Amino acid sequence: MSLSPDVESFAFTPENEERARAHIAKYPEGRQASAVLPLLHLAQAQHGGWLPQAAIEYVAAFLEMPKIRVEEVASFYDMFNTGPTARCQVRICTTTPCWLCGSDDIVAAVEAALGCKVGENTADGRFYLREFECLGACANAPMMWIDDDYYEDLTPERATAVIEALKRGERPAPGPQSGRQGAIPFGGKTTLLEV
Amino acid sequence: MPKLTIDGIEVEVPAGATVFQACELAGREVPHFCYHPRLNIAGNCRMCLVEVEKAPKPVASCAMPAADGMVVHTASEKAKRAQQGVLELLLINHPLDCPICDQGGECDLQDLTLFYGPDSSRFAENKRPVADKYMGPLISTHMTRCIHCTRCVRFANEIAGVEELGATGRGEDMEITTYLEHAVTSELSGNVIDLCPVGALNSKPYEYSARTWELKKHESVDVMDAVGSNIRVDVRGNEVMRILPRLHEDVNEEWISDKTRFVYDGLKKRRLDRPWVKRDGKLEAADWRGAMAAIRSRLDGVAATKIAAIAGDQADLEAMAALKDLMGALGSPNLDCRQDGAKLEGARAGWLFNTTIAGIEQADALLLVGAFPRYEASLVNARIRKRQRMGGFEIGRIGCPGDLTYPTTEVGAGPQSLADLLAGEHSFGEVLEKAERPMVIVGPGALARPDGAAVLAKAREAAERFGMVTDDWNGFNVLHTAASRVGGMDLGLVPGEGGRDVEGILRGARTGEIEVVYLLGADELDTRGLENAFVIYQGSHGDAGARVADVILPGAAYTEKAATWVNLEGRPQRSKLTAFPPGEAKEDWRILRALSEVLDQKLPYDTPAQLRRRIVEPAPRLGRIDRIEAAPWAEFGAAGKLDDAPFVSPIADFYRTCAISRASAVMEACVEEIRGQQLKATGSDD
Ligand code: SF4
Ligand code: FES
Ligand code: FES
Repeated sequence: MSLSPDVESFAFTPENEERARAHIAKYPEGRQASAVLPLLHLAQAQHGGWLPQAAIEYVAAFLEMPKIRVEEVASFYDMFNTGPTARCQVRICTTTPCWLCGSDDIVAAVEAALGCKVGENTADGRFYLREFECLGACANAPMMWIDDDYYEDLTPERATAVIEALKRGERPAPGPQSGRQGAIPFGGKTTLLEV
Repeated sequence: MPKLTIDGIEVEVPAGATVFQACELAGREVPHFCYHPRLNIAGNCRMCLVEVEKAPKPVASCAMPAADGMVVHTASEKAKRAQQGVLELLLINHPLDCPICDQGGECDLQDLTLFYGPDSSRFAENKRPVADKYMGPLISTHMTRCIHCTRCVRFANEIAGVEELGATGRGEDMEITTYLEHAVTSELSGNVIDLCPVGALNSKPYEYSARTWELKKHESVDVMDAVGSNIRVDVRGNEVMRILPRLHEDVNEEWISDKTRFVYDGLKKRRLDRPWVKRDGKLEAADWRGAMAAIRSRLDGVAATKIAAIAGDQADLEAMAALKDLMGALGSPNLDCRQDGAKLEGARAGWLFNTTIAGIEQADALLLVGAFPRYEASLVNARIRKRQRMGGFEIGRIGCPGDLTYPTTEVGAGPQSLADLLAGEHSFGEVLEKAERPMVIVGPGALARPDGAAVLAKAREAAERFGMVTDDWNGFNVLHTAASRVGGMDLGLVPGEGGRDVEGILRGARTGEIEVVYLLGADELDTRGLENAFVIYQGSHGDAGARVADVILPGAAYTEKAATWVNLEGRPQRSKLTAFPPGEAKEDWRILRALSEVLDQKLPYDTPAQLRRRIVEPAPRLGRIDRIEAAPWAEFGAAGKLDDAPFVSPIADFYRTCAISRASAVMEACVEEIRGQQLKATGSDD
């Protein structure tokens, strides 16, 4: 995993600093290190989708943790990017259930729509495309996760449409793209009928 | 206490023991990599799988608490298959480079594969490549060999107290590294080399220089500090190839400091291998006879009170005894072993680490006075940290700021703070008062100063005031940095009636009141002014002392003689001759004995046995190897005016404290990299 030292310094914005303190306050005194995940998320979001080394060191100092401990966490979780990426993060699930439901076609469609391969940024530097392991939405496979939203029940056409909308600067409605609600069976509810 | 059956053997184990420990108690060996009795349990290598009846799957014994009635099989078909499977998996990504691996021949993975492993692999794919990591001038890495047991990470976190190693990435991408591949800045870092069960972490200076089976292994004792760490010196031919720790639960456990481990290249450099005599202001090579004759003619007619001797920090007991006898025979009272000017005097309890190193684990509060044990006695510091991690151990500190690897309460900077503490003006006094077995460690930073004797007296007062000395507990401790110090004090190498101490000798040399100075391996002195005197330097290395010498007598370094050192606890320990001294250099006591004869003051011993009888006669405890004799509590120190100056540790540079370490290129590299990094770290964090 390569670390990018090219960003000289990092510091939370006042709003993020406040959020960070609110996260820390959730844990007992002296256990501030427990807040490392939310703080890394804050830092990554603030920095545009990835964590420069300066941000890792900043979070370490913020939480009074050894730098290597924060580096371990940041490199362990796939949700953190430790190298430069474009701001908009497109992640397509390719784990078995999604794959069985055609995630290969989704990958091909998205690659075509974005004009870049998995693991790359688009030429305009707006999108970063990658594969991901199971995101826990297998009942709505295949699916992709873009920034903070899940797009589920994808077909290659729907996936292309979502990407095209994003390219136009729109925010397409997240959730199942098939029109069904949540993971309710396509033929309608079969259980929990009164709810 | 749970009772288990292990391979048909019934054992009762203490509550809280693991299945692994139960197996050990039953005398059954269970293969393991990540488990280490001195580290937290990680349970990540799975090598210790055993079969437990009624359990659905093989159980990782190191992480499984022993429960009453368990029936365990360590070598059943199921257990064996599990162990074999684990090894096959571990070997999937392990390179088969044993023939060029330094660990070969002493590798856990090699050994366990031989006894528990499969005879072939079913893995035909490519092995995973891992880039080697830079970890500093001491540790070389071959990370493809790493099996991710995390022993090294746990050692750094738990024992060394330097959280710099970690495992980044996950699953197949997991890699052991330091943050951004900085050098490890711990003074104990070399121990990860011993801990690493494979050849991933190796000794950089020793790299590719020898195979373990061609080395002769000698048990010896370290003299880099006053701890007396037990070491093993591995020698090929007449050359020291490496130094490893030897287990001694009461002294160094199974660790040694990096200086102890890596200083040995200094044994091969700047050696004095023949006598030298100064003629017309220039040193000229001489033979023993010529050098001794030069001394004889210079001493001729010089009054005894104008002759002086100073014993250095690594002088052995035998040489110091001979030096004392020689000075006695010449009638000179100017003799001192306190090279740094530490104001030690009075009763023996006043210069010993009375609590003992292992005893630290029994203490429940600690006050550090002018001590920085991390660099003054690294293994004492490791013990303090160990005790601190057990909990219920508050540590107060006066003077000598810096990172000790554990939290301390700052009580003040200098002697006045100690007086204030005694006067009840600091809250840490309550901690000491409440403690049942409090202890104080008085370091060289508190004693090697003009008001040292007064500080010593104050510290004694504090020990008495806070109940540190009772019938079954002595919490008063002096921390020395010199391996020779306690032995020298025990022998009485201090000025006699009207004699001069180190400072007086140096002053006298400057003014001409002292004409002849005998330096027994004394190099850490202010040598300015010594040119005025006739200086005889006896020692192993061409360092500060030899630079001002008129006659140089080449002596043996600590690995080159069978000699005794008394560690800071008062524990006599003996080294063995592991390699011969170079050239014409000789065992130190023999040089003094020979000189005495030339000076017509023949010392009454010809063999080491005779000399040791002579040493032991007035002090039998000096002959009881590896035994400690408690010193009775009595008067020491001297009331007097306390200075305002803060306590400062004499060790500014951990890696270069003696002639051997100053000659070592490896230590030099450590100074540049590690010390520099440490300074940077403290500079930016502050
Ligand atoms: S480097 Fe050695 S000690 Fe560290 S995790 Fe790897 S195998 Fe274990
Ligand atoms: S496999 Fe794609 S969400 Fe679970
Ligand atoms: S020794 Fe038990 S899991 Fe490693």
